[in-house]
Amino acid sequence: MKLLKCVVRPNALEKVKEALSALGVMGMTVSEVKGYGRQKGHKEVYRGAEYNIDFIPKLEIEIVVGEEIAERAIDAVKEAANTGNIGDGKIFVVPVDEVIRIRTGEMGDSAI
Amino acid sequence: MRFSSHSLAESGIGSNTRSRLGLIILGLAFWLIPDAARADGLDSGDTAWMLTSTALVLFMTIPGLSLFYCGLVRSKNVLSVLMQCFALTSMMTLIWILWGYSLAFDQTGMEAGVVNLHSFVGGFDKALLHGVGIDSLTGTVPETVFVTFQMTFFIITPALIAGAFAERMKFSAMLLFMALWATIVYAPICHMAWSGDGAFFWDKGVLDFAGGTVVHINAGIAALVTAILIGKRRGYPETVIPPHNLVLTVIGACMLWVGWFGFNAGSALAANGAAGMAMLVTQVATASAALAWMVVEWVKHGKPSVLGIVTGAVAGLVAITPASGSVGPLGAIVIGLASGCLCFWGATTIKRKLGYDDSLDAFGVHGIGGIVGALLTGVFAAESLGGMGLADGMTIGSQLMAQIVGVAFTIVYCGVLSFIILKVVDGLVGLRVAEDEEDRGLDISLHNEQGYYSEV
Repeated sequence: MKLLKCVVRPNALEKVKEALSALGVMGMTVSEVKGYGRQKGHKEVYRGAEYNIDFIPKLEIEIVVGEEIAERAIDAVKEAANTGNIGDGKIFVVPVDEVIRIRTGEMGDSAI
Repeated sequence: MRFSSHSLAESGIGSNTRSRLGLIILGLAFWLIPDAARADGLDSGDTAWMLTSTALVLFMTIPGLSLFYCGLVRSKNVLSVLMQCFALTSMMTLIWILWGYSLAFDQTGMEAGVVNLHSFVGGFDKALLHGVGIDSLTGTVPETVFVTFQMTFFIITPALIAGAFAERMKFSAMLLFMALWATIVYAPICHMAWSGDGAFFWDKGVLDFAGGTVVHINAGIAALVTAILIGKRRGYPETVIPPHNLVLTVIGACMLWVGWFGFNAGSALAANGAAGMAMLVTQVATASAALAWMVVEWVKHGKPSVLGIVTGAVAGLVAITPASGSVGPLGAIVIGLASGCLCFWGATTIKRKLGYDDSLDAFGVHGIGGIVGALLTGVFAAESLGGMGLADGMTIGSQLMAQIVGVAFTIVYCGVLSFIILKVVDGLVGLRVAEDEEDRGLDISLHNEQGYYSEV
């Protein structure tokens, strides 16, 4: 099993969600996050005081998938979140030891 | 408030033969007719408008100014600002009743053209509202309404100062400072401007219809002194200290704009032509200043901002305040444009050059806007410039001189006494919270609460 942590533009959420649903990914966790990478921040001005804001708002979508669809899920996110411009985000792929469904105690693939 | 001189005169402080004659006739009439008919001096239309105005001006502080200010601070200090405004509203109410109204409006010992102690401050004859009953009148409205109307000015002035020391002042020190300041600075300046014949500014012919000097310059100068004495917020200006919720700020600014009709048009103390003109010029000057700030910012920083346009509107409201009984719509446009541009300069360039941390620009907007308005009142009151006309024997030059005297006296008096009061309060309780309290935010460290509670 793999955990995909996908940091994407906020407006990419709908497309990513649709693409993953089409693959049969049944759930996800979304967080509002801020960060910076190669994309530059922006300027904010309050009564003449100019601030350079480095941290840019992004969404982090976390999904856990079985080994057999991990590659396709990564491709789906890559395609859905891609605009070709700096700031499209990143996908971190992390191995997952175990998944447990709290209600039933099920473990492994059937708990995803 | 200048236009109220006639009505005040009729109520007992006659300055010219005509009003003395009127007083005698009124007195005779009151003596001859039965109690039930004595309500004749009361005008129900005027009273209805003054009741409404009073509610509008209170609405300017709570919730108007409270929201305007609280959106500008960081989320960890949002409650501290709301708390300051609310507590000041309550405390000023009691001080006004106990001795404030008397120090401001008691007319004992005043004589037209004579400068004595009572030209500067009232006595204690009206302390605890002595003599103010259901039948007492101020002009054509019940004195109870006049007391409450003026009370709302007494409330908003210290609340305006709170913008200068936001995010770092001890709550106890704030209360102590404001109680002393309202008594020693506000009440005397209010007395000098509005208490009638014999009052220092009044006799000099200083025009301050609704409080450019009494409220705004006074608050602005006290704000500047406080900002300098208390010092900068930790991290200012290197770190980012952006407003946490401009939506609240815009809502508050809108409430200020609407409430200001009570402030300015209510200062006619009557539902008459002066009130109508005051309402019109208030609207015009505010719109002009909002657009002026927007355009200046657009040119200088590349984009027009919401915070900019609403701050400009407040600058215009401030500047038209002293002028709203004296100028016409054309004067209002010039006053609005001038205040929009000059307050922008005050809240941005001057503040940064001089290095003080006036957190929410109480001086930049109220101090500068008040001075611009007070001086231009002297110019645009002239009939030739579309104003309501100058008093007999006054020229634009002499009126401008009178305005300069009013402004300069207020700056010096307020500046020196604010400084002394702050030093005393600092010695007694300390002005500033501890560094770790400031870092955690005043909501938690001073009030044990947070504005935006999180389950996590």
